[in-house]
Amino acid sequence: MAEDVNVQDPVEVAAAEKRLLRLPGFGNIRGRGADSELVPQARLSGPMPWVIAIMVALTVIAAATGLALRNIALAAAADLSGGVSVQVLDSGEGRDRQIGATVKALQGAPGVASVTLVSAQEVNNLLAPWLGGAQEQGVSAADVVPVPALIDVKTHGPADEAQLEKLRKLLARVAPAARVDAQSHWLSPVFGAIDSLQWLAAAMVGLLGVAMTAAVLLATRSALGQHRETIAIVHMMGGTDSQIARIFQRAIGLDAVAGAALGLAVAVAAVVVLGQRFAGLGAGLIAGGALGWLDWALMVLIPLAAVVLAVLTARVTVLSALRRML
Amino acid sequence: MTAMDGEIARFDKVGLRYGNEREVLSDVGFTLFAGRFYFLTGASGAGKSSLLRMLYLAQRPSRGMISLFGTDAITLPRERLPGFRRRIGVVFQDVRLVPHLSAYDNVALPLRIAGLPEKEIAASVNDMLEWVGLEGRMHARPASLSGGEQQRVGIARAVIGRPELLVADEPTGNVDADMAVKLLRLFEALNRLGTTVVVATHDMHLLQKVPDSLIMRLDRGKMSDPTGALRYPPRKTQSQSRFPDMRDG
Repeated sequence: MAEDVNVQDPVEVAAAEKRLLRLPGFGNIRGRGADSELVPQARLSGPMPWVIAIMVALTVIAAATGLALRNIALAAAADLSGGVSVQVLDSGEGRDRQIGATVKALQGAPGVASVTLVSAQEVNNLLAPWLGGAQEQGVSAADVVPVPALIDVKTHGPADEAQLEKLRKLLARVAPAARVDAQSHWLSPVFGAIDSLQWLAAAMVGLLGVAMTAAVLLATRSALGQHRETIAIVHMMGGTDSQIARIFQRAIGLDAVAGAALGLAVAVAAVVVLGQRFAGLGAGLIAGGALGWLDWALMVLIPLAAVVLAVLTARVTVLSALRRML
Repeated sequence: MTAMDGEIARFDKVGLRYGNEREVLSDVGFTLFAGRFYFLTGASGAGKSSLLRMLYLAQRPSRGMISLFGTDAITLPRERLPGFRRRIGVVFQDVRLVPHLSAYDNVALPLRIAGLPEKEIAASVNDMLEWVGLEGRMHARPASLSGGEQQRVGIARAVIGRPELLVADEPTGNVDADMAVKLLRLFEALNRLGTTVVVATHDMHLLQKVPDSLIMRLDRGKMSDPTGALRYPPRKTQSQSRFPDMRDG
């Protein structure tokens, strides 16, 4: 440095002083801080939106499956709740008398809404798949195997055990060969399977949520490591943990919104196509699985929840990491 | 003098060790008063940077007591640190500019953190960049600036908020003689406006440029007081702090 220069030259120092007086002095400033400008849109790792898109798509599809299964179970249960099957097992000479007596007794029974004797033709049609070509050869099911007469009964309320017991007692006198069963009993293994699948779908939704949280946590930690020096500088300038966390929240939030929108679009397309394919089967049980507007609303909530989850995970991860710094 | 008389910082029997190594600073004790200009000298490795890191709250000591702006800085809750740090301007020895921000944005950083409106920031930043001779390089990223230019950006960033305490670690190490004088004038002007200035340097010529300054010397981690000014600081008529009380919100 030049020896003859006077650093404390009054004119020069006064000029510097004048300039400094124009500065605001941030010691006098209070505020949240314009954190959006602190770090220019430091995006998280590139694959993040795609990871979120895949997670959201799988979660929405799993949720749609669970909701469709629930709808199937509810529709079938509603359909069968008041249904009772009465079989007259006697194949001897008294069969017709017992059938007639059973129908008559049931029609007068309290709590019974309707009584329908299933025709022999319908029974033959039901058994046709198991009897091969016998029907085409003019042979009825009853000629091949002993087939009970079937009476379809609808009760006013649900066909619970008390109602079934009353009917059994009523028929024991007039038709000893009659057997009374709730129709829901026949489908209880199916309901059990549907129930298990629903739990599986719910578990998948939960696991995918956990997986997405883990992915966001790892991406946030990686981004924190990448920007460690910037964070330290911002800290030294008086930046707060919340200001720094907001930068990362915003970055992951943008990634999550893009990923969630893409994931939802893919999932909705898949659900609509699958729904049409299943609807084309025309099977009675599956037809009850159609998704209602409430189901669609729930599915739309999934990407929103994913965005909130991602942002919260980023915030908690950043704040807990910053707490370990001075 | 007491804290009420304008005590900015006080170190008492401060020791610092990294890991299980021997202490890099041992039983360091001194008081910095408001509005004074201090030089911290000592050979390389004497512990100057470590001492400054504790002064600008980037490092806690291993033992001893540090008081800053009249508050115990050792037990200061973490959430109050930002408020204290905003009162301190720091010129880092290794500059530490944010690599993906332009010179302009680096200088604007403290004001943006403090939440100043962008319009006010622009005027101040342009003014400071002009003062350090970088008005034509405001859009340049640190990687495209020379060492001296980076140093000037770092100094502009430290000064722009008119801090109560300015801590500068070898601030003129990378700049030419003319720019060094200009930067020292900036520090001098800041000091006259009430800022306490602490400049760490091993350039003995620099000390002579500011005759009113007080000199602290670190030798192998121990503080010495060659002029006696730390123990018996001369009265300065002008230098009561012009800053309002406690702005650590």
